Amino acid sequence: MTTHSPEIPGFTAEEVRSKIGFCEQLKGGVIMDVTDAEQAAIAQEAGAAAVMALERVPSDIRKDGGVARASDPEMIQAIQEQVSIPVMAKVRIGHFVEAQLLEALEVDCIDESEVLTPADEQFHVAKRGFKTPFVCGCRDLGEALRRIHEGAAMIRTKGEAGTGNVVEAVRHMRAVSSGIAALRGMDERSREKQATEYRVPVELLTWVAESQRLPVPNFSAGGVATPADAALMMQLGAESVFVGSGIFKSSDPARMARAIVRAVTNFQDPKELAEISKGLGKAMPGLDVGSLPEDQLLARRGI
Amino acid sequence: MKPVGILALQGDFAEHGAAMRAHGIPVRELRVPADLEGLSGLILPGGESSTMLKLLRIQGLQVPMQALLESGLPVLATCAGLILLAREVIEPSQESFGLLDIKVCRNGYGRQICSGTFELSGELPAGTRAVFIRAPRVLEHGPEVEILARRDGDPVLLRRGPILAACFHPELEENHPVTAMFVAMLRARAESESPQEPGAHQAEMA
Repeated sequence: MTTHSPEIPGFTAEEVRSKIGFCEQLKGGVIMDVTDAEQAAIAQEAGAAAVMALERVPSDIRKDGGVARASDPEMIQAIQEQVSIPVMAKVRIGHFVEAQLLEALEVDCIDESEVLTPADEQFHVAKRGFKTPFVCGCRDLGEALRRIHEGAAMIRTKGEAGTGNVVEAVRHMRAVSSGIAALRGMDERSREKQATEYRVPVELLTWVAESQRLPVPNFSAGGVATPADAALMMQLGAESVFVGSGIFKSSDPARMARAIVRAVTNFQDPKELAEISKGLGKAMPGLDVGSLPEDQLLARRGI
Repeated sequence: MKPVGILALQGDFAEHGAAMRAHGIPVRELRVPADLEGLSGLILPGGESSTMLKLLRIQGLQVPMQALLESGLPVLATCAGLILLAREVIEPSQESFGLLDIKVCRNGYGRQICSGTFELSGELPAGTRAVFIRAPRVLEHGPEVEILARRDGDPVLLRRGPILAACFHPELEENHPVTAMFVAMLRARAESESPQEPGAHQAEMA
């Protein structure tokens, strides 16, 4: 909610302006998962602020199993040629060569994503070395700050992608908010202890304690399936929403896409939300997160 | 002073709000037609112009906004906002309010990899820099459009009457001179509109 002061620990002024500044432009918009140029055109026509190019939406990755990797460059380029809005794409956690490849393709933003099969169990991509901004998922404030310290210019909740169940996104958004609130008024020693626990520099933690927000835009993802889900995440403090399987696994994708775009702009207006939610057809089929075996929980990847 | 209205459908409207409040200017976020009453000026922020266009139509704002833009209120338009005001938009072509006689190319400097901070020349303090993000490029401008600043020869800050339009983002920086320029336009307009206000202002100062 404030103009970003150029001094964010670990970021150069240029990075704050052009990388974080890019992410600011997406606020209040919807970023939609698309798997081909035709879906990208539908997303843009519905008012998406950006598209995320990937081979399979998370619910299919879940169903198919196997190793999920970065998308075919040809498919990404077809989408880039199709739309004028920003095009993002995903890389496996720690797969810096997939990231180099996406930067060479000039994608506008790279999502280092737990939805794909992790490539490195110890390290994430060193994101500062890239000119392209990165977005990363988190489940709580510690994860968010580790990713920001590595150079992420935007943070999103992990949620539990491909389930159509918003409960995990809510949990993660609340965890980030309560983590920030808990830093309020903390003395220097406690901050140092907390920073050690989070494995981040105390300067970054202090910045968050004093500003009472993340230094980068805070979006939501993972399980958003309806306009009401999107508005829920916005009311909980998300600045924008990623929608994965929720659009192209619903019975009328174009209509669902338009409705979610409207819901994000009108997230504080229940009458408008009721109007928007009428007659949308079937939302994507959902999964109970509690019924998933632990090794199928994507949010546990890359913490 | 009446609030300045900031189009808040999508984009970096919160940053514009913070920049105005830092100058003591009250703000109001605009989402529905009722929000357009009693404003001292208008801001069209950065974001995705195609998304904003769709939402302008859906929210029933396109027609009342056109009337308000033509009413002579001070307007600040940045990046996507400039695209919304242009006479002609290309790559791809899209609808616009048409109030600024320019032809503009969307993402005319390239994708995000080409974004960055660049030095401006012209009627701004020497050494003024500005951040361009997937910025629009002004290809042509009519004779009534004043060019206030350029980046490597391209016009990037333009004025026509009460409209100030930038290809870049003054709102992403603290105390950018373009923000101060718009605040001066707002104050001048407010003072010319209500003769009591200068007196009130002086009393406040004393």
